[in-house]
Amino acid sequence: MHPVRVIAGKEIRDALRNRWVVSATLLLAGLAFALAFLGSAPTGNVGAKPLAVTVVSLASLTIFLLPLIALMLSYDTLVGETERGTLLLLLAHPVTRGQVLLGKFVGHVAVLSLATLLGYGAAGLAVGLVGAGADPQSWQAFGALLGSSVLLGAVFIALACLVSALVRERGAAAGSAIGLWLLFVVLYDLGLLGVLVATRGQIHEQVFPWLLLASPTDIFRLFNLTAFDNVRSFSGLAGLSGQVDFSPAFLLGTLLAWMALPLAGALLVFRRREL
Amino acid sequence: MTAALQVETLVKQYPRHRALDGVTLDLPAGMCVALLGHNGAGKTTLMKLLLGLIRPTAGRVRVLGEDPAQVPPAFRRQLGFLPENVVFHDELTGRDTLLFYARLKGADPRRCIDLLERVGLAQAAAERVKTYSKGMRQRLGLAQALLGQPRLLLLDEPTTGLDPLLRQEFYRILQELRAAGATVLLSSHVLTELEARTDQAVILRSGRLAAWGTLDALRQRADLPVCLRVVTADPDGVEPRLDGLSTTRAIDGTLEVRCPVTDKMAVLRRIVQLGPAVTDVEIRLPDLNDVYRHFGHGPVFDGD
Repeated sequence: MHPVRVIAGKEIRDALRNRWVVSATLLLAGLAFALAFLGSAPTGNVGAKPLAVTVVSLASLTIFLLPLIALMLSYDTLVGETERGTLLLLLAHPVTRGQVLLGKFVGHVAVLSLATLLGYGAAGLAVGLVGAGADPQSWQAFGALLGSSVLLGAVFIALACLVSALVRERGAAAGSAIGLWLLFVVLYDLGLLGVLVATRGQIHEQVFPWLLLASPTDIFRLFNLTAFDNVRSFSGLAGLSGQVDFSPAFLLGTLLAWMALPLAGALLVFRRREL
Repeated sequence: MTAALQVETLVKQYPRHRALDGVTLDLPAGMCVALLGHNGAGKTTLMKLLLGLIRPTAGRVRVLGEDPAQVPPAFRRQLGFLPENVVFHDELTGRDTLLFYARLKGADPRRCIDLLERVGLAQAAAERVKTYSKGMRQRLGLAQALLGQPRLLLLDEPTTGLDPLLRQEFYRILQELRAAGATVLLSSHVLTELEARTDQAVILRSGRLAAWGTLDALRQRADLPVCLRVVTADPDGVEPRLDGLSTTRAIDGTLEVRCPVTDKMAVLRRIVQLGPAVTDVEIRLPDLNDVYRHFGHGPVFDGD
């Protein structure tokens, strides 16, 4: 069996055994159901909304939650093994460091995908089939949401791997992971908003869209809220999407780059690390 | 015979200290070699270099004819490694742990059960590793090192935590592997038990090769005195008659005579001539402990 498969398989079994998969799935499913069915409760209106609206709510949920789950899943990928002392024995086996890193990355992405697909999938099916129903385009949008959520998770798993390769202690890795989450989920957008307010929206329309590409969560948001017309009308981004003229394929490609670059960086650092 | 291990003027410099400083070794295949040295002498660093986990600062490493840091990792299928203070993932069972390493090594998973039985862990195979005692972890580590018929075994303190019976079983396994042509390099602090079980000893001191050779050769080179314990009822009467020899009085009243190995027979004859005043003589040859103390400790001389 290929070493990458062996290591990925072990990561998946570990996550099943220590109930990572179960708890992440339940968390995602619970919040997804809550958003889908209770989202309009404040307006005195309990009941499922169309799938297209659910896609918008789930996209926001993904942006907050999936990066956090991904970072917590993977921040100690390498530094944890170093600290426990299991890395030396692992690397004394017929595996390259690249295979160790890739195996762990693949395993973690599989774990996160499983939780996302099950958790969101259940909520989506419930809304689309039982609730308010959905047209084919909404199903498409929902499928795109699932796929891009997994990709966003993979981006943050790759970032966590990079952190794990760079730092020497688990505590530092955990701290840096939280820092990354704050940066990309809260601070960057806040900063961007600040710039918009300070310049009274005068920031050059050639520059602003590119600034959005500097944060994977913004790319994800753009992709999900602008790719499909019926979603766009619910998302409140209709104004922005007039300015931003990136194709969905381009946005996905940028997300892939956001995944590949940190992973390559982690590999470079890990290869040079002295044991 | 081809060399299993070749190391030439090997240097490993860490930012703060020099772990190995010009070590040259050439160990033939099919030998069981003891690697000795104080803590920090460079034993573990040497093993990491042999595994290709770190690169030498200078010098050359050849393991089974290859440079371990350059060849594809599949090369490590031929190696078995037991790290010092082996650690496993606590949540896995003993059997799953061994299966995981067997898959990585491309070894036959069916052999895992045999190996667990061999090291006395068959009963505990389905328990999680976190419930294992130190000795059980060590045995699991040993089973892991034996996966896939290795041609070279690197064992860092393999017998710590093993009870005497398991130690014997461990050395029996080593004998079998050796008979099958495998080379074994093991470090240990329990020197006396290595004595009859190793072909050669390598002694490191502060990153340098302090001594290397068969135990007999080392003993000769160290030229340590033989100790003859003379049991007598009348030490006061006997001691003056051993005039010219170095004698000391032990607590229990016996006399200890130290002399070079070459003088042993002459001294024995003199003791025998003392007649009935001497009731018994015990001869204690310098053992591995003494040889190790001679080479492995004390000041380091440049160009030694």
